[in-house]
Amino acid sequence: MPLVKQGRLTTDLFVHVAEGAELPGDGAVLVTAERFLADPEALLRRSGKLGVIWPNNRNVDDLVPYLDRLASIALVFPTFRDGRAYSQARLLRERHGYDGELRATGQILRDQFVFMTRAGFDAFEVKKDADAAAFAETMKRYSVFYQPTGDGRVTALNRRMQLRHSESASQ
Amino acid sequence: MYAYDELDRTLINERVSEFRDQVKRRLSGELTEDEFKILRLQNGVYLQLHAYMFRVAIPYGTLSSKQLRRFAHVARRYDRGYGHFTTRQNIQFNWIKLAELPDALADLAEVGIHAMQTSGNNMRNVTSDQWAGVAPGEIEDPRIWSELIRQHTTLHPEFSFLPRKFKIAITASEHDRAAIKIHDIGLRLHKNADGETGFEVLVGGGLGRTPFIAKTIKPFVHGRDVLSYIEAILRVYNQYGRRDNIYKARIKILVHELGIEKFAKEVDEEWKQMGDSELRLDHAAIEEVRSRFSYPPYEKLPHMPDELKQAAHDPLFERWRKNSVAPHKVQGYSIVTLSLKPVGGPPGDATAEQMDALADLADKYSFGEIRVGHEQNLALPHVAKRDLPALFKALDRLGLATPNVNLVTDIIACPGLDYCSLANARSIPIAQELTRRFANHDTADLIGRLHINISGCINACGHHHVGHIGILGVEKNGEEFYQITIGGRADENAQMGTLIGPAVPYAEVADVIEDIVEAYLALRDRPEELFVDTVKRLGVEPFRERVYATR
Repeated sequence: MPLVKQGRLTTDLFVHVAEGAELPGDGAVLVTAERFLADPEALLRRSGKLGVIWPNNRNVDDLVPYLDRLASIALVFPTFRDGRAYSQARLLRERHGYDGELRATGQILRDQFVFMTRAGFDAFEVKKDADAAAFAETMKRYSVFYQPTGDGRVTALNRRMQLRHSESASQ
Repeated sequence: MYAYDELDRTLINERVSEFRDQVKRRLSGELTEDEFKILRLQNGVYLQLHAYMFRVAIPYGTLSSKQLRRFAHVARRYDRGYGHFTTRQNIQFNWIKLAELPDALADLAEVGIHAMQTSGNNMRNVTSDQWAGVAPGEIEDPRIWSELIRQHTTLHPEFSFLPRKFKIAITASEHDRAAIKIHDIGLRLHKNADGETGFEVLVGGGLGRTPFIAKTIKPFVHGRDVLSYIEAILRVYNQYGRRDNIYKARIKILVHELGIEKFAKEVDEEWKQMGDSELRLDHAAIEEVRSRFSYPPYEKLPHMPDELKQAAHDPLFERWRKNSVAPHKVQGYSIVTLSLKPVGGPPGDATAEQMDALADLADKYSFGEIRVGHEQNLALPHVAKRDLPALFKALDRLGLATPNVNLVTDIIACPGLDYCSLANARSIPIAQELTRRFANHDTADLIGRLHINISGCINACGHHHVGHIGILGVEKNGEEFYQITIGGRADENAQMGTLIGPAVPYAEVADVIEDIVEAYLALRDRPEELFVDTVKRLGVEPFRERVYATR
């Protein structure tokens, strides 16, 4: 599965460790929420980066005590029709100030990239190679955004107000 | 009218390019039909019985003559010469080819028209009162707020994959013409004790197989907070709305299952945590949007011009005027409703020729503006009273002066089995037959206000639950049957109709409706008592007796 991170195709350093499977001694791992919550401190003490795969029906508040020590949080889109993880992403980024990797997993297709980036995702396990290759191009689709989110893009309303302000200042 | 600026234009052009790319990838096989389905739905494209259907948004029901002419162009160039106005301020074209859709969209984008989110599980076209900005007694023009919400909900990165579709309607008048109580969110604009503008927020209304009237979640949300409050509702819904069963996925089910108090508490907690976010609208932001709505340069005109006095001798004109012309907030002007329910015609359809001619009339008599209402009729919102006689003659020639607005033949109907792949039964032929039965305008006048709503299946696109008389098509052993309800209404006193008895076969529907109407005429205690009030006073029983005694 191709991984796009910070806009580029990247080698995935994280190993997905299935529930019940043995944990490698070192190296970066993504573990299930169950495994993580069973003994978070032990896992966080382990050498190697730690990430959690967080299901979309679980409150992200449970992750809050650990956010500054997690290297990745992978949110799940069981199908691309299921948009719960967009809310989770915004809450993690905008409310809880999480600044580690925020990864989209599941049915990740080209036509979600803009929405996901705006919601705070910065890493994408993309289903199709062609979609992964088209990431940068797809991100150029839009230059106007109506809503403020945590991604820092200036909204249309703010641009209009700035324009108005500069017009009146120059008069 | 709201004037698009460069940013709005850029965004819809970017959306057209994106959709063009999606269609290209579908045609090349790069996208599966399953993947493409969601993408096309997000842009108003359904696959119907015979062809693709294309639904285009008319935000809060306001159109310019230029935009209406462009609809005529799309109807002619890409379709079969007509369009269908829906119950949610959209227009539908029924015969579009997939490969030509991007071009049709690009043609519409040139005049600031789009099809974003007119279907799919996202926030649909924000609807409002078709008399917004011109109705006497209105608190303020609700379209300013509709536009703010339209922008905020367009391509929203968090809420484009909701459990199910989501509809918002806004009214600012005492009489609710926007049917806010059957919407996922209904907003009633009003002022608090300090004279500040805000909204009563209602949530969880909707029809379909589990109909609910919306409940008040907050009596007053200040205008500056309306976006954050809506965002809080959507965030709760996005996370907790059911996704296991399409029929239980609307917000009305979540509100019903949690109870309005518990749901309100969840929303309030979310809203508090959002705090003073960027969503708060300061005065300048609201004024920025307000400043891009323009209003006509009305003249100072007499209340009763000579032209109107003279025309009063023409009984046909007078009948039309009394039926279709409503008071305007500016003296000397009127709001004129144009019935799209001619005798024998499919409700809500307009031909390309009618649209072009109406656009010319709008330029001549209504400052180039046209409105679209949820009853599937159009309106010219700023007609000088002195022009009414001339306008009547012109509309009559176009077949747009049927004097049946709000009467028994002003029927709301979904496309039904003639077009729709979901339907169990036909709707349009039932409506057509009823318009023939009640074709006599004197009889229709005598009956008075009576809304008949027809849906061809339980999804209730024809709003049958809230018709004064509701007709629902069902299938029984391979045949079309119809359940009939009475006493429903969609206004500020919205309620669901009550089933009158067993379903009747297709051939008997018109007879049954005639029986119901005759029963009403015999039962009403005075001519002014409306059908729906007689049903309220007497209940269903006397009607049931009349209809089923001989069947």
